[in-house]
Parts: sequence; structure tokens; C-alpha cells
Amino acid sequence: MLYREAGDFKTSYRDDSQTFPLKLDRMGYWVTLAVAFGVIPFVITDYWANAVLVPFLIYAIAALGLNILVGFGGQVSLGTGGFMAVGAYATYKLTTTFPEISLLIHILLAGGITAAVGVFFGLPSLRIKGFYLAVATLAAQFFLVWLFNKVPWFYNYSASGQITAPERTFLGYVISGPATSAPAKYLVCLAFAVALAWVARNLTRGTAGRKWMAIRDMDIAAEIIGVNPLTAKMSAFAVSSFFIGVAGALLFSIYLGAAEASETFGINKSFLVLFMVIIGGLGSIFGSFAGAAFLVVLPVFLKNVLVGAFGWPTDLAAHVELMIVGALIVFFLIVEPHGLAQLWRLTKEKLRLWPFPH
Amino acid sequence: MKLRFAAAVAAAMMAAAPALADLTVPNLSYRTGPYGANGNQYADGFNDYFTLLNERDGGIGGQKILTPECETAYNTEKGVECYESTKGNNALVYNPFSTGITYQLIPKVAADGIPMVTPGYGRTSAKDGSVFQWVFNPPANYWDGASVIVKHLLDVNGGDLNGKTIALVYHNSAFGKEPIRTLEELSKKHGFTLSQIPVDPPGQEQKSQWLQIRREKPDYVILYGWGVMNQAAIQEAANIRYPMENLIGIWWAGGEVDVEPAGAAANGYKSATFNGVGMDYPFYGDLKTHVLDTGKASGGGAHVGKAMYSRGMYAALIIAEGIKKAQELAGTPEITAAQMRDGLEALEITEARMTELGLPGFGQPFQLSCQNHGGSGMGMIQQWDASAKQWKLITDFIQPDEDVLQPLIQADAQAFAAENSIQPRCN
Repeated sequence: MLYREAGDFKTSYRDDSQTFPLKLDRMGYWVTLAVAFGVIPFVITDYWANAVLVPFLIYAIAALGLNILVGFGGQVSLGTGGFMAVGAYATYKLTTTFPEISLLIHILLAGGITAAVGVFFGLPSLRIKGFYLAVATLAAQFFLVWLFNKVPWFYNYSASGQITAPERTFLGYVISGPATSAPAKYLVCLAFAVALAWVARNLTRGTAGRKWMAIRDMDIAAEIIGVNPLTAKMSAFAVSSFFIGVAGALLFSIYLGAAEASETFGINKSFLVLFMVIIGGLGSIFGSFAGAAFLVVLPVFLKNVLVGAFGWPTDLAAHVELMIVGALIVFFLIVEPHGLAQLWRLTKEKLRLWPFPH
Repeated sequence: MKLRFAAAVAAAMMAAAPALADLTVPNLSYRTGPYGANGNQYADGFNDYFTLLNERDGGIGGQKILTPECETAYNTEKGVECYESTKGNNALVYNPFSTGITYQLIPKVAADGIPMVTPGYGRTSAKDGSVFQWVFNPPANYWDGASVIVKHLLDVNGGDLNGKTIALVYHNSAFGKEPIRTLEELSKKHGFTLSQIPVDPPGQEQKSQWLQIRREKPDYVILYGWGVMNQAAIQEAANIRYPMENLIGIWWAGGEVDVEPAGAAANGYKSATFNGVGMDYPFYGDLKTHVLDTGKASGGGAHVGKAMYSRGMYAALIIAEGIKKAQELAGTPEITAAQMRDGLEALEITEARMTELGLPGFGQPFQLSCQNHGGSGMGMIQQWDASAKQWKLITDFIQPDEDVLQPLIQADAQAFAAENSIQPRCN
């Protein structure tokens, strides 16, 4: 009734295969973008930027990256934290060595470096699968964090092993360092998130994505029909690591401003991003955003409700918050194992038929 | 969802906003996670000191002090969230109680113009007030702690550490790495060999590290640990029968929660401290009358007198004295964050003042200035008596080796100034 394609005729193949076939969806997409770029930057406060929106966008990028590898490519990875650390330390080294070049270019270059590292650690995927591959990528996680702690060159020999983002500007606006305004932080992250989501969507529905999904669904069959597993798997690792590297670079340079390898990029990060992908929905672009929103926004929301509105003691609230988030994860996985994206898909199907059940 | 979230946040912000007449000192605490056992006591001590001032004296200069808590779980991302959510409510001063979060906040507080006090932790070179205008770390810092421990070892060895080996078992984070530079300098000066043994946080698992110690047999082990890592280290030391009196922790490895799990085996363990121990001070009489007996104690008063509680209390004391000084200088009890900074910079705590507060000898006398944001940096050594279950002070205040520390602090502060193009002040 509300939400249907009746009357929405397509006259070309191009129209037929667009991302949002329904007019309402298309409008929703453009309205969301218009609000995100045109309204939020003018009303955003420090708190909303630093506690909610900037981490949400950064984790969405990381989840997109991991989703390409796990959801589309079918290769399990637990090395996300380590790859984010590569992005962060690469940005730090690049921007302190070449301060005259724009930070945004360094962030992209850091993504490229992470892609190379990701391909290297992805090599075992040619021989091993599933849990065994997960353990191999786990090794990458621990090795990379150890490396960034051990070799002082990576943190420019600072006494504490911390890396600190220096102040950098773009078109005259400060985009990193303590003087960054909330809209600047938000817009940089939003631009990256939107651009990368667009890239991800178009990669996954093109040849590359079809190859990844063929490998995911059955690698031997894929090989027989002419998909080269080497290039398919390596490109999945490269693209995925590029996204994750950019997320790590943004996390360090735009959001936190200072980081240390074991605390910021520990194994917890890997699990967090993996949970985002699983809860959001494997193999779904929307799912990456939904999963990131669920795990970034929900804890902050619960904290504000429990401590702020109910006045509970902070420790009790923190424990209850863990329990609620955990219980919701279990609940979602039982009720809808394909994640929030599938829930959204079902809702849309129901809405199309509503009010007629059949 | 978004709308409801916005409504809830708005409601939370309105509920949390204090009446304008009060002074707000946010308490970024952590009562959960691997560091919760220590963080709990510290946060209670911090709250109770201000509760006492509010109940007994009606606050400071007639202004009640509010300490809204925010749980950081010792996690930098949550710490940033806490900082952003509290700074809007006229936050006067921050005490983030985590070296990682301190590093995160040092540039932010300078940009926002809110002072930060990090007693006994944080970035050591913040002692150089000419570069770190908004950060204060009295009465002692990590490098002071390392130097005090080495001085104590010199005393024990009749002034000579030549040919000895000292192992540093450290939390592999900004906190644990802090003393390395100092200890390297001191090893050159005194001729001991330094061996560095990192423990990855949170550090429940230390078998391989202590196996290494068992093999290398260092004469002394210095422990820069925190939270669950301390308990594990002391237990492992007991397991390999390492002589406890040769194991010396920094002050954050000197709480009851750290030694109690090892039971009698922890007897003789030493640690540095920059405040007095136990409850043998007149101050606790007032605390009992006004806070404990009226049921207003934070956390039910379960930790009163414990080592970490005392340290939290001492941190609150330094901030309270800073507020008092700032009110004097500003000529009004309703001070701003900038006036608070001026107050801290002019802060002087004398022996007489400590006695007046009912805590004679509890803390060292110190005076801050534009140049010196770190005080005198002295520390004592305490030893654990497992049968009596209490810490005993075995030395007086020991002066750290300023000849070694001062050039290091200057070099690090200069490097920070150059990196961030800060023009040193105070000339």
C-alpha cells in the first residue's frame, strides 16, 4: 500500500538494475544524503560528532570493508584491528614525513598500504579455509600490534609509544588535531563513508563482486566456470583492507587524535567489527551501516538513558548496558540470523503487500 | 529511533546540568573491566572528599562541588565520549585517571581551555608548565617514581648498584613505557643493567615473562603495572619464589587489591607511594561523622583507608586546594575553568596546611609555578605486611634525582612544543 512498485515502470535495463528500484527508496536515499550533507553539519555539536556520528561513520567504513571480505568473498578474517592499525600508523608516518601533502591524500595512501599488507596476510587463504583462515588472520592481528609496539620507528621514537595526529588543514579548514570543529570532522568522515559505500556497492554488483560471491558460494564450481581464485581472493583481501585501512586512518587522525597500538587496535576491535558485520547482515551494504549503528550508537544511547535519565550508578549502568547489548545480539541472531539487513528486507516485503497478507 | 535517541539525550543533558551556582568537577571513573577493582576505590575516595567538604563546610567558599561520574572502563574511546559529554556543563577541571586518556585529552583541554590535573600519572613532561599550560601533574610523576625506586635500591645496597641487574616488568602501554627513558639514563649513571619485559594489557597471562625472570635472575624487579596485571605479576613472582622484598612496584601497583590475592606469599612486597597509608589521621574522624555515618559515602564506604582510596582522596584534595586558591585570586567563589587554571598554577600546599586539613604528613609540601607544574616529586616506599594485612611505610619522603630528570623533561617538552608549534611561556 505505502510502499510498492505499482506504476513505477522501467523502460531500460539500466533502470531495471539500479540500486533502489522503488521510487520511495530512491527518494529516501536522496533525502538522507541531503540531510546528512545539508542539515546536520549546521546543527552538529561536539558531543554528537565525537560520541555518536564520527565513530558511527568510521566503523561503518570498517564494517563495509570486512563485509566485502566475509560477506561477499566468504573469507573469514579476525585481523581487522591489526589492519586498522596499519592504516593509522601509515597515516601518521606519511603525514609527519610529508607534512606539505594533504592529509586526505595520506589517508587514501594509507588505505593503499593497508591493501598491500592485507594481500600479504591474505595469501594463506589460497590454501586454507574457514576456521583455519580465521586463525591465520588472527596471527596478523597479533603480529601487527606487536610490530607497532616493538619498532620505535613507527611512532617516531616518542617516549610513550603513542602516536599523535598533528594539525592539518584542507581548503583552509582544520581537519585534524584538537582545534578541529565538529562539522569538519563529521564532513570528512561522511564524505569518505559515502564515497566508499558507493564504490562498494558498484564493485559488488559488477564482475568483481560476482567473482567474490561465486568463490564464497562454492570455490571449486567457481573455478570450473572460469573464476581465477587467486585474483578473486586477493582482490577481495585488497579491497577489504583498503576500506579497513581508511577506517583506521580516520579513527586515528580525525576521531581520536592520539592512539596506541595495543589499546586502540587490539583484538577487541577485530571482534567488534566482525559483530557489526554479522549483526548488520553478511553481504549487505545497508547491513554494514546498520550493524555499525547498532554497536556504536546503542551503548551510548543506553548510557544516556540509564545514567542520565534514570540516574543509576555508573558501574551498574555499564554492566546492565553490556548485558542488554549482549542479549540483543543473541536475540537478533536467533530471530533473524541474516542480520538487520534481512529484517529490513522483510519489512519492505511486508509493506509492499500491506494491508493484504497474500 | 533517532528521534527517541535525541529526546533521551536532551533529557539526560537537562537532568545532568547542574544549578549554575555549583562547581562541577567531573569524575571520569572506571568501576568495570580489568582495572575496575583499583578504579572503584579511587573513584570512591575522590567522591567522598568532596562530599565531606560539601557536608561539613558547605562546599568551598560557599560553593557546593558536584562530581558527576562517567564510566570510562579505562578505554580511550569511552574516555573521549565522557569528556565531550561533561565538558559542556561548566566542567572546572579534569582528572581522567588514565594515562591513555590523558594523552588523548592533553591537546583537547588546551583547545577548550579547561585545566587537567593528573596526580601521579599522565605525561611526565607536563611538569614543564611553560609548554603544557593546561596540564598539572603534582605531586609526583612516573619518572620521579622510577628515580625514587632506584634511590631506595641505592640505599639498600650502600649506594652502589654497579653490576646489578634490574628488570622492568611493564604494562605495554603509554603508562608502562613512561619510565623506560629515565631508567636507561639512571642505568648509565649508576652502572646497573636494565632489562625490559613488556606485558600486553590487560595482562592476566604472564607465564612467559616470569619464566624469563626465573632464567635471567635479575637482582631487582620494578613493576609498572595496573589493574589485574598487578595481581597476576605478584602471584607469578610468588610462584617462581622470587624474593618479594626485591620486587618493587610503582604507586599504581601498590594497592591492597594487588597483593591480597597472593595471600601470605605477598609478604614483603614493596611499592612506591606519594601519600601516607592507613587511617591514623584526624581527618578520618570528620569523614566518619559527616560522610560515613550519614550514609553518604560513595560505594557504601567499603574502601575507606585503602591505598587506592587514599590516592583518590589525595587527588581530590589537590583539586580542592586549587579551587580555594583560584577563588582567592579571582575574588569570587564562582570561578571559571580559566580562573581554576590560574589557581592551580599558584597552588602551594605546606606541611601546616596538611595538618590543618587533618592529614599531617599524608602528602609532601609542594609549590607550583608557571615553570613547574609538577611539584617536588618526592615519594616514599611502603611494604606489605601480609599477616597484619596492611601497608607499612619503610622510608621517609625520598627526593628524586633532579639532575637526571630535569634535562629529560625539558627535552621531551621541547619536542612536544616543536611538534605542535607551541611558543613556551613564563619568560
